Amino acid sequence: MAKYGMPLLLPLAAHRVPAGFPSPATDYAEDGLDLNGYLVQHPAATFLFSVQGHSMQGAGILDGDKVVVDRSVPARHGHIVIAVVDGEFTLKRLYQRHNRLELHPDNPAFPPIRLTEGKQLEIWGVVVGVVRRYRV
Amino acid sequence: MHRDTGTPPLFALVDVNNFYVSCERAFNPRLAGVPVVVLSNNDGCAVSRSAEAKQLGVKMAAPWFQMQGLARQHGIVALSSNYALYGDMSNRVVSVLRDFTPDVEVYSIDESFLRVEHLQHLYRSRSALGQAIRQRIAQWTGLPVCAGFGTTKTLAKLANHLAKTDPAWDGVCDLSAMDDMARQGAMEKLGVNAVWGVGQRLAARLEPLGIRTVWDLANADPTRARQRFGVVLERTVHELQGISCLELDDLAAPRQQVMATRSFGTEVSSLAALREAVAWHVDSAATRLRAQGSVAGAVVVFIQGNRFRPASPQGNAGHAGTVVPLEQPSGDNRVLTTAAWAGLQRIYRAGCSYKKCGVMLVELSARQQHQTTLFCNTADHSKSEKVMAAMDAINRTWGRGTLRTAAAGLSQQAQWAMLSEHRSPRYTTRWDELPVAR
Repeated sequence: MAKYGMPLLLPLAAHRVPAGFPSPATDYAEDGLDLNGYLVQHPAATFLFSVQGHSMQGAGILDGDKVVVDRSVPARHGHIVIAVVDGEFTLKRLYQRHNRLELHPDNPAFPPIRLTEGKQLEIWGVVVGVVRRYRV
Repeated sequence: MHRDTGTPPLFALVDVNNFYVSCERAFNPRLAGVPVVVLSNNDGCAVSRSAEAKQLGVKMAAPWFQMQGLARQHGIVALSSNYALYGDMSNRVVSVLRDFTPDVEVYSIDESFLRVEHLQHLYRSRSALGQAIRQRIAQWTGLPVCAGFGTTKTLAKLANHLAKTDPAWDGVCDLSAMDDMARQGAMEKLGVNAVWGVGQRLAARLEPLGIRTVWDLANADPTRARQRFGVVLERTVHELQGISCLELDDLAAPRQQVMATRSFGTEVSSLAALREAVAWHVDSAATRLRAQGSVAGAVVVFIQGNRFRPASPQGNAGHAGTVVPLEQPSGDNRVLTTAAWAGLQRIYRAGCSYKKCGVMLVELSARQQHQTTLFCNTADHSKSEKVMAAMDAINRTWGRGTLRTAAAGLSQQAQWAMLSEHRSPRYTTRWDELPVAR
């Protein structure tokens, strides 16, 4: 498959080659930093969502941010999750204490979502990261 | 590649239920419980149906315009196909399966065969393994799958069919764990066309011989099956009897033909428009041809009239096709386009309107192997390869169709381009189409 000019990534050892002694740094050539590797533990289970609104401002998640969602992580009390409420995706903190299951916003201007009888709660995935880019 | 440890082979077939619809539902909770169909390219007909849509009587490949009444009456949601999404979700499913075992054969966009005999001792039972696979794929991707187990690929496929059609199996069926009576009972209940590789047509030819059910075929004489129907059916009989004849295709064999075809958005009758469409298909097929390291020995071009409409005064265009052999095997868009156009010229009839066209590159051989003719100019040849390699590199980086032969047309919205009126967002492959959470 690599016949038609696929780029081949090679680790770069950025030093000059002096005639005589080889540099001891050659053995330490590194791959560089990869943001995917930093943010994504399980690629097959990881999805990105776009955030709309200010309900999780207190958790440092702002309008327009992209959140990294890992479906392979079992949701626990205190996790920030993507949940499905009334057919919509919502981003909230999962509260699971004293036999109560709630979704808590992180902004005093928003009320918590209490799961009343007959209301379905589906946790779609657990938020494991947030990405923001600044226009410069 | 299989360590021969004396363990008899055990195969699993895992496939996603109503794959396209399930992908749509994973990202659109409002589609849960609602009848949903996904339409083919060009919004022509139903290619994936939710259980609710099947219950309403929507048939596979039913033309969408014939369903409009039913759709309005029952609120059927129709979506255009979103291949970017389905392709991405398919890759995710396969990579979850590869976490279970490296012995995976991707059979189609939504089904894979697995070799699992070395895996089963890790689980309480094969059904427990099947449930573990189901659970993991549902959790990681949101997609529902069924798993069938058998000592041959044909039996695994049959088990999967049972798991899918009878809810009593809870999505996992293991034919190899059934006792003989139970297996016979299950096979007697299924028509012979439920067997992998036995289509309606073959089933009709088997019927006069008294072979109606899967059980009948499993008890047929393999030698007589070969004499009457060929080696493929003989193998099927063996496989139904539990003798494994088909291995996992670990390495996908290079395709023997590469095809590109599509319906037109609106009917097309001018030769110029057809030429443009044919050239576009050549570009697309030739890119795949080169990606697998092949060259083509001949080009097949075909055009098709509207099969849902009676003949026009000029006569129904019907289906017309022709093969154009090449003097020399080639992977060059320009050579292939010239050949395809020559073929098109032969089959085109002025005054007819066409609904579909396509090209197929055949007689493929490996790029290095082919013989040159006496009159072949080798310098030209290596130059052609360089031009094509550069073109492929640019299109890979900047998106398909960035660089193409001018023959394929320069208009952004050519009239034959794919219709996708109801396509959902490409949730997993586009930054500006990510799902939104509030």
